Amino acid sequence: MTSPSNIADGCAAPDQSAPIPASVDLQKETVITGVVSNAEGEAVGGAYVRLLDSTGEFTAEVVTSPEGVFRFFAAPGTWTLRALSRHGNGDLAVDATRGVNEVGLSVSS
Amino acid sequence: MSRDTALVSADWAEKNLDTQGVVFVEVDEDTTAYDGGHIPGAVKIDWKTDLQDPVRRDFVNQEQFSKLLSAKGIANDDTVILYGGNNNWFAAYAYWYFKLYGHGDVKLLDGGRKKWELDARPYSKDVPNRPATQYQASAPDLSIRAFRDEVVQAIGVKNLVDVRSPDEFAGRLLAPAHLPQEQSQRGGHIPTAISVPWSKAANEDGTFKSDEELAKIYGEAGLDGSKDTIAYCRIGERSSHTWFVLKELLGQQNVKNYDGSWTEYGSLIGVPIALGDEPGKA
Repeated sequence: MTSPSNIADGCAAPDQSAPIPASVDLQKETVITGVVSNAEGEAVGGAYVRLLDSTGEFTAEVVTSPEGVFRFFAAPGTWTLRALSRHGNGDLAVDATRGVNEVGLSVSS
Repeated sequence: MSRDTALVSADWAEKNLDTQGVVFVEVDEDTTAYDGGHIPGAVKIDWKTDLQDPVRRDFVNQEQFSKLLSAKGIANDDTVILYGGNNNWFAAYAYWYFKLYGHGDVKLLDGGRKKWELDARPYSKDVPNRPATQYQASAPDLSIRAFRDEVVQAIGVKNLVDVRSPDEFAGRLLAPAHLPQEQSQRGGHIPTAISVPWSKAANEDGTFKSDEELAKIYGEAGLDGSKDTIAYCRIGERSSHTWFVLKELLGQQNVKNYDGSWTEYGSLIGVPIALGDEPGKA
């Protein structure tokens, strides 16, 4: 099977703004996705979004697309999203369930 | 080696962008980041197309490395400052290559692209024009590279450090959480390996923790300072990050990176595998 073109076969994060690949089964996957925005409500591209597990342990990190979009393939449960950017930082707790969990994450200094 | 000789800060980097004999090199898997803006004057190295052999499953040999660095305009006596995304994973991997091929003066930019971005430091889209050099790589220093047979023999004998995430270590995942689950044939870890995820060594801005914090982390995880050490991950880049910490920051002797890592080990016929969160028995 070939990999979808927007997924790297190394360890870099796939293109965050690309559509979810057709091969991803949303009946099984727990996708946490959203947009990072600043205090003025503008999307923040180039922000670092970290996925922390329920104990606060680092799990994964991606860089937002120019439109501020990020996405993780996680598992059902409680997670913390933490965004770091040149406009400041922000945190958000997420109770994720199977399927697509869409959230907004704001940063401020 | 020590922190003073192996690392530079973002402040130092910004003050030395135009210093003669200092070459900044961005190393990444996804080089679109470089194309969209990089540290002014930096050249780019693509983790895959520049550093991997296009045919054999191995990285570039001595001759290929010499040719690459010559074409990039890097000389044997240049001070090379490596940085990249992904918390410097690929930059650390390249650092290990530069050491393997005997480059004299190579350092990592502490925090890599992330720290540079969070500090709101300047980028450039200009690609520097560096005249080609006649770079001569040394024969590979295999004292820092582990191969599979040595890894199997190290079970229960040397320190094996698995730097993947806890779920990959236990065999619940085959790859990091933001990637599709593919690659090796089996999940799990090498028996007797201790689990110290690479991320333990880094602050959230991508910089390395202090030597005191680092020594405590590996000590508490059960790393025996009197034994030789082999670090591994999935494809050898996250373990380069940990190799850098143990060898270059903490100054441990005899630390090797197993670049075959779990992608190779988890596909070998007949080798022992441990499942679950405990190291397991030899």
